[in-house]
Amino acid sequence: MKWLSANWHQIPALIGDHMTLCVPAILLSILIAVPIGRLAHRHRLVGGPLLGFAALLYAIPALPLLIVIPVVFGIPLRSMATMVVALTVYGVALLVRTAADAFAAVDRDVHDAALAVGHSPTSVFWRVDLPLAVPVLVSGIRVMTVSTVSLVTIGALIGQSGLGVLLTDGFQRGIAAEVATGVILTVVVALLLDAVVIGLGRIATPWIRAGRAGRRQAVPS
Amino acid sequence: MIEFQHVSKTYHTGTVAVSDFSLVVPSHHITVLVGSSGSGKTTLLRMVNRMVEPTSGAVLIDQETVAAKNAVALRRSIGYVMQQGGLLPHRTVVDNVATVPVLNGVARRTARRDAMSLLERVGLDPSLGKRYPGELSGGQQQRVGVARALAADPNILLMDEPFGAVDPIVRRELQDELLRLQADLGKTILFVTHDIDEAFRLADEVVVLRERALVAQQGVAAEILAAPADDFVRTFVGADQAGRVLSTRMVSGRAVAVDGTGRVVGVLE
Repeated sequence: MKWLSANWHQIPALIGDHMTLCVPAILLSILIAVPIGRLAHRHRLVGGPLLGFAALLYAIPALPLLIVIPVVFGIPLRSMATMVVALTVYGVALLVRTAADAFAAVDRDVHDAALAVGHSPTSVFWRVDLPLAVPVLVSGIRVMTVSTVSLVTIGALIGQSGLGVLLTDGFQRGIAAEVATGVILTVVVALLLDAVVIGLGRIATPWIRAGRAGRRQAVPS
Repeated sequence: MIEFQHVSKTYHTGTVAVSDFSLVVPSHHITVLVGSSGSGKTTLLRMVNRMVEPTSGAVLIDQETVAAKNAVALRRSIGYVMQQGGLLPHRTVVDNVATVPVLNGVARRTARRDAMSLLERVGLDPSLGKRYPGELSGGQQQRVGVARALAADPNILLMDEPFGAVDPIVRRELQDELLRLQADLGKTILFVTHDIDEAFRLADEVVVLRERALVAQQGVAAEILAAPADDFVRTFVGADQAGRVLSTRMVSGRAVAVDGTGRVVGVLE
């Protein structure tokens, strides 16, 4: 506790740095994984291998990945961009399968009915398939968000500031309180972002709660 | 007028859904395709709005082949009502009804206002407009489905077993409502059902289909009941069933109609 009272003033900045790394990575993962998931769902032949490849990405150990990314993308090793790209690779790997499942979970009849009344293929995606995929997508985004928040800590290994600094510094100097603070704060940030995802998911799906309430007090015909 | 010219549909699995079907569906009338499952009736209906493309033959609307039309524009010009309503669960009732006008570029506010008056027209309280389809009963959802189909004021309505999933009392109400609307609107309606009683109640002309959409008999209800073309039709319409075979008996000086089981079903005037 002595460590905490002496160093608490560092903490807001570390949380801020942590967020600066994980929020862009989470958003990028969603932007990349959702179209891939849709593609995999629509075209089974491409989809199977694509999902398999994505799952493999998650199996790449973090340190080699952090070394390969600067080479492939031509960016400096010790940079925010390297970290964001690495987190996005893992995020996409985690999310694509759920994204494909989310589109598969959209009721075929509803999709068909929307086409039959005259939605174009583009408008059926934006106005029907995507909104109806949100509930399953949210479940995948929650897992990916929590995973990304915890992965950000390895950024400390390439000198990226974040809550991971508390872990590496605490280990090197043998300060248990510092390590514990890092662990607890990472969990708190993960839970906070998870709550944000749940909240946004609720806002995006007003019909789900209305439907539940409606079924409870069934309307006579 | 909708015209089917020698249409066939063979799926890539080799299943023949429709084999050489021809029919003229006259304007401003209700034509009902009736058959059991596997008779290809839904496939025929979906050929009209190009949800299914025939393997051979052509479907024409007012002498123009639908294959030459843009599929999306064609579908927006045809009302389509399907089983379970086919409503979008994530849009409110009023937005569901306003779907096609909004897709056609009508201002959302105008489309919503029109949708509200359409809800009244199909016998729904406009206050239901703000709800989601999941909050409505099956019968109410079907009415919304009819309102949506009418929203862009199409000449043609395609109805695919629209009342199949509701209980018999509500189905009866919906059928009456449809006949009342049709008396006002005079749309060209192509209606698909497996329920022969529904076909007889609604149709100006009934087309009884066998498997692969072979026409077993075509005509008004009375003709089909009075003179079934063959045993298939006789069995399908239940011409020999006790409920269809009526006789009269004199009671207190009045002729009383009695069905095949001896149950009294009405009085003759």
